[in-house]
Amino acid sequence: MTATALKKEMDMADVQNSKAWQKACTKADLVAFSGVAAWLETVDGPAQVAIFYLPGLRGQSDELYALDHHDPFSNANVIARGIVGDLKGAPVVASPIYKQHFRLEDGQCLEDESVKLRTWKIEFKGDEVWVEG
Amino acid sequence: MVTNNVINDVTQNMTTPEQLIIIGNGMVGHHLVEQLVDNGALERYQVTVFGEERHRAYDRVHLSEYFSGRDADSLALCEADYYDVSGVELRTGEAVIEIDRNAQEVVTDQGRYPYNRLVLATGSFPFVPPIPGNDRDGCLVYRTLDDLDAIQAAAENATTGVVVGGGLLGLEAANALRGLNLDTAVVEFASRLMPMQVDNEGGELLREKIEALGVQVLTERATQRIEDGEASRHRMVFQDDKVLETDLIVFSAGIRPRDQLARDCGLEIGERGGVVVDNQCLTNDPAILAIGEVALWNQSIFGLVAPGYQMAKTALSTLTEGDIQFGGADMSTKLKLLGVDVGSIGDAHGNQNPGARMFRYLDPIKQEYRKLVVSSDGKKLLGAMLVGDNGVYDTLLQYYSNGIELPDEPASLILPQSSGAAPTLGPGALPETATICSCHNVTKGDICATIDDGAVDLGGVKGATKASTGCGGCTALLKSVVDHELEARGVEVDKSICEHFAHTRQGLYDIVRVEGIKTFTDLIEKHGNADTHRLGCDICKPAVASILASCFNEPITDAAHIPLQDTNDTFMANMQKNGTYSVVPRVAGGEITPDKLIALGEVANKYSLYSKVTGGQRIDLFGARLEDLPDIWSELIAAGFETGHAYGKSLRTVKSCVGSTWCRYGVQDSVGMAIQLENRYKGLRSPHKIKFGVSGCTRECAEAQSKDIGIIATENGWNLYVCGNGGMRPRHAELFATDLDDEQLYRTIDRFLMFYVRTADRLQRTSVWRENLEGGLEYLKEVILEDSLGINDELERQMQTVVDTYQCEWADAISDPEKLKRFRSFVNDDRPDPSIIMTSERGQPRPAQTTSH
Ligand code: SRM
Ligand SMILES: Cc1cc2nc3c(=O)[nH]c(=O)nc-3n(C[C@H](O)[C@H](O)[C@H](O)COP(=O)(O)OP(=O)(O)OC[C@H]3O[C@@H](n4cnc5c(N)ncnc54)[C@H](O)[C@@H]3O)c2cc1C
Ligand code: SF4
Ligand code: FES
Repeated sequence: MTATALKKEMDMADVQNSKAWQKACTKADLVAFSGVAAWLETVDGPAQVAIFYLPGLRGQSDELYALDHHDPFSNANVIARGIVGDLKGAPVVASPIYKQHFRLEDGQCLEDESVKLRTWKIEFKGDEVWVEG
Repeated sequence: MVTNNVINDVTQNMTTPEQLIIIGNGMVGHHLVEQLVDNGALERYQVTVFGEERHRAYDRVHLSEYFSGRDADSLALCEADYYDVSGVELRTGEAVIEIDRNAQEVVTDQGRYPYNRLVLATGSFPFVPPIPGNDRDGCLVYRTLDDLDAIQAAAENATTGVVVGGGLLGLEAANALRGLNLDTAVVEFASRLMPMQVDNEGGELLREKIEALGVQVLTERATQRIEDGEASRHRMVFQDDKVLETDLIVFSAGIRPRDQLARDCGLEIGERGGVVVDNQCLTNDPAILAIGEVALWNQSIFGLVAPGYQMAKTALSTLTEGDIQFGGADMSTKLKLLGVDVGSIGDAHGNQNPGARMFRYLDPIKQEYRKLVVSSDGKKLLGAMLVGDNGVYDTLLQYYSNGIELPDEPASLILPQSSGAAPTLGPGALPETATICSCHNVTKGDICATIDDGAVDLGGVKGATKASTGCGGCTALLKSVVDHELEARGVEVDKSICEHFAHTRQGLYDIVRVEGIKTFTDLIEKHGNADTHRLGCDICKPAVASILASCFNEPITDAAHIPLQDTNDTFMANMQKNGTYSVVPRVAGGEITPDKLIALGEVANKYSLYSKVTGGQRIDLFGARLEDLPDIWSELIAAGFETGHAYGKSLRTVKSCVGSTWCRYGVQDSVGMAIQLENRYKGLRSPHKIKFGVSGCTRECAEAQSKDIGIIATENGWNLYVCGNGGMRPRHAELFATDLDDEQLYRTIDRFLMFYVRTADRLQRTSVWRENLEGGLEYLKEVILEDSLGINDELERQMQTVVDTYQCEWADAISDPEKLKRFRSFVNDDRPDPSIIMTSERGQPRPAQTTSH
C-alpha cells in the first residue's frame, strides 16, 4: 500500500467519522496482570496497541486497557512489556526503558504532564478481545 | 533606561520604600536577597541587584560540575522567576562602574540609580601574577561560567595544560583540565601543594597521590615569562631557566577582593586590599555595607561561602536595625581534590597556639596522614590536618568547634581502629549549640526545634532550616542528627519500600521465610497496606520476585511470577534502547572451547547479531528480536550453553586469570576455582547483581579486589576479600579471611552471600550494604566466621537448597509452549516489529537511528 493510498483511506474514514470495533485477540493470548501487544489497522492507520489485563480481584470485575505500545521517551515499541502496578490507587504501567509511569485509564504520563499515550476502547466479547479503532 | 528623575519622583512619595542596591549577584549577594525576602524586609526596601555576569547567581562552589554535565540552569541558586516573583529587580549583565557617594547614586553604562543603602557583594577576582606573556591567547582563569566556557574552547585543539598555583582552586582546575583530556601539570611557587592547608608531610603525600593520577607536580617554580613554544603553543620559562611547554595555561594563584569601586569612591581599604567592615558589616560610610569575599573584617578576607552567608545574615540585621554581629568565622574545610581527601581544621599548622602539642600519624602504604594540634593540657582540640582520608573529619570538627573535652588518649582519634569502625562522636553526644551546617549556621538545637515544631523527616528539616543546601559538606552529619533525634522522640523513621508495603526489604524477606509465602498475591493480601494495595508497583514487585527466588528458587517465568519481573527478567534478556534484546550465555570463569566459540559465531551470523566481548569475560550478542529469542536460545542450549543471567539481579560473572596451569607465577588453579564458584552460585537471586574474581597469585590479574567477592590464591590456599565494587563508586574489597582451603572457602561464601541476601536493601550492592552495616567489617566477621548469631547452619542449608534446585531458566522456558507464547511481537500477527531497523557499522549490525531521551 502506498503512502497516498493510506492517506486517502484516512481522509475517508475522517469523513465517515466511524471507528469500528474489531477483534484483536482472544482471552488466552492475554497475560494476567501484565501486557501483550497487538497489531491493529485502525481508522487512523496501522497501530501497535498494548493490551493490559487485570483479572478481577476480590469480587471486582475484570479490567482491560488498550494504549499505545510506542514509548515516546525511547521511541521504541515496548510499553506492553512494562511492569503493571498502581500508584495512588490508579493502575499504571512503567515503561521498561526509562521507567516513566503511564496511567492505564487515559495514557497520561505521571512524570511529564505534556505526554499522554493514545488509548482505545476495549472489551471482552465472550472469550474474544475487541478494540474500537 | 531608568532615569534618576523617575526614581526620585517615586521616592518622594512618603509611602514608597527606601532604595536598597546590591552590587554583585554572586553567592553571597544572592543569599542576602533571600534573607531580605524571607524576613519581610521588602516591605521597607525596594531592592535592585546589579550583576556583571550574564547568568543569575549560581553555585560557584560546584562550578567544576559544569564540566561533568551540569549546565548553568542546574547550577543556578534559584528558579528563573525567583526575582520577578519576589519583587526584586535583578539587572544581569550590567556592571556598576562608579559609586557617587555625594549624590548617593550608582552608575552603570545604562544609567544612574539612587540608593539609600548600598551593599557591596562584588566578590573577588583571580590573581594573575605580573609575568610577561600572561595575556597571551590561551592564558585563562577559573572563576566564572564564562571562564569555563573559554577553557573548554581552548582545550579543543590542545593536548597539554598547566595550572599555575597548587592551592585548593588550582588543584580543582587541574582536575578539570584532566577531565578535558589534557596532559596536565601543576606549577606551584611554594615548596609543597596547598601550602595554606597542609604541612610538609601532608604536602608530600598529596604530591604522591596527585602524581599517581598522572598530573605532573612542579614545586618551587617561579614563572619568569611566557613565550612562543616549539612543540606547543606556549613555553613557560622558570627562575632556573628550566622550561615547560604547554598549549593552555590557567592561572590560579590566589584571589583578590574586587574593591576597585570602593577605592575609587574613597571607602577605607585594607593594606592588602578588601573593603574594611566592622562587626555589622558596615564600611566607614554608614550608608554602605560590604559582604562576602570583598569584605575585610579584622584584617581577614574569608574566601569561603559559609562566612559569606553569615555576613549576609549580619547585613540583613544591620539593614533592619537588628543586633546580629559578625564575629569571624571558622575556616575549617573538608575537600576532595582530584579524588584525594584533604581536611583542615582550626590551627592546623599549630603555629598560632604556643605550647600546643601535636600528634601525627602517617601510613605510607595506605597513603594517609593525620595530625592533631592539642592544647598543652591535652584537653582541647585546637586544630587538625587530614590527607588521604577524611573519615574522622566530622568528629574532629565537633571536638574543635564545641570545645568538647578530648579522650584521655587523643591519639586514638587518628590512629587506625582495629575494630575497623572510625571513632565517631554519636549525634547524641553533641551539645545543642553544636553547629551542624556552617553554611546556613544551623545548630543541633535548631534542628531539634524544627522537629519539635512538626518536621517528621530529613526533607522537612532541610526545608525549614536549609541545612545541607550550601556546600553539602554536612549532609552525612545532618542525616545522622535528624535520624537520631527522630528516633529519640519515638518517631519511626519511615523505611517502607513503597506505598504498598509498610516494611523494609529485610522485613518482607523475614515474612516470606517465616510464613512460607510463595506468591506476590498472597504477600500483598496478607501484608500489604490495606488502603492502597491492589496491584503493587515497579518497586515492590521486582523486589518481592527477587526475595521469592532467593527463598524458593522457582523459575521466574512461572505464571505467578511473570507479572512481577522487569522486562529483562520476563524475557530473560536485556532490553536495548530500540526494544531489541541482548543474549549473554554463561561462560564460567571466562573459559570457552573453540567449538563453543564457533557455535556463538554461527548463531550471531544466522540472526544478524552484533557481537562484543564484554568486560565480564564473555560474549554479548546484541540486537535480538523478541520473536527470535527462543530459537536463538534453542540453538545455544543445543551447543552446550546455558543462560548467563546478564538480565537478573543475581550472580553475573566470576572473572579469572589464567592461573597456575599456564602462568609462571600462579600458585593455585584460579580458572578451576572460578568455574567451581560460578557453577555453585549461578542463578542465585539477590538484592543486586553479584560479581566475583579469582586471581592465581598476588599480582591479581583478575582484579578480584574490585568485586563483591574476591579470591586471591596463596601458597596455602585462598584469601577471601569481600564487598568490593567497580562501577559508579568504586570500592576496594576488604580482606575477610586468609588461607582457606576449598571447602572452607565455599562455606564462608555461602554464609556471606545468604546473610547479604537476607539483610540488604533492594538494589544495594554488597559495598553499600557493608558501608551501612552497623558494626562494620568486625561485626560481619563475628557473624560469618564466629557464628555470633547462631544462624550459620541455616544460612548454609538455605544456600544448599538454592544450589540443588538450580535449573537453566532458558532451558525451562523453551520446553514449555505456554511460556513461549510471550515471545511474540504481536499476539494477533506474525510480523516482526517493522520499526526496528538495522544498519551496518564496521561490518556488524547496529540500530539505524539512535534515539535520544
Ligand atoms: C555488556 C557490558 C559492557 C561490555 O560491553 O563490556 C555491560 C553492560 C551493561 N551494564 Fe555493566 N556491563 C558489563 C560489565 C560491567 C562491569 C565490569 C565487570 O563486571 O568486571 C562493571 C563494573 C564492575 C562492577 O559492577 O562492580 C559494570 C557496572 C555496571 C553498573 C554499575 C554498578 C555499580 O555498582 O555501580 C551498572 C548499573 C547498575 O547495575 O545499576 C551496569 C549496567 C549495565 C547494563 C545492564 C545497563 C542497562 O540496564 O541496560 C548494560 C546492559 C547491556 C546489555 O544489554 O547486555 N553495569 N558493568 C558488560 C557485561 C559483563 C558480562 O559479561 O555480564
Ligand atoms: C572553582 C571554585 C571552587 C570553590 N569551592 C569552594 C568550596 O568548596 N567551599 C567554599 O566555601 N567556597 C568555595 N569557593 C569560594 C566561593 O565560591 C566564594 O567564597 C563565594 O562565591 C563568594 O561569594 P561572593 O558573593 O562574595 O563572590 P562571588 O560569588 O564571586 O560573586 C561576586 C559577583 O559580583 C559580580 N560583580 C563584581 N563586580 C561587579 C560590579 N562592579 N557590578 C556588578 N557586578 C559585579 C561578579 O561578576 C560576581 O558574579 C570556590 C570558588 C571557586 C571559584
Ligand atoms: S594473577 Fe598471577 S597467576 Fe594469574 S595471570 Fe597474573 S601473574 Fe599469572
Ligand atoms: S556546611 Fe555547607 S551545606 Fe551545610
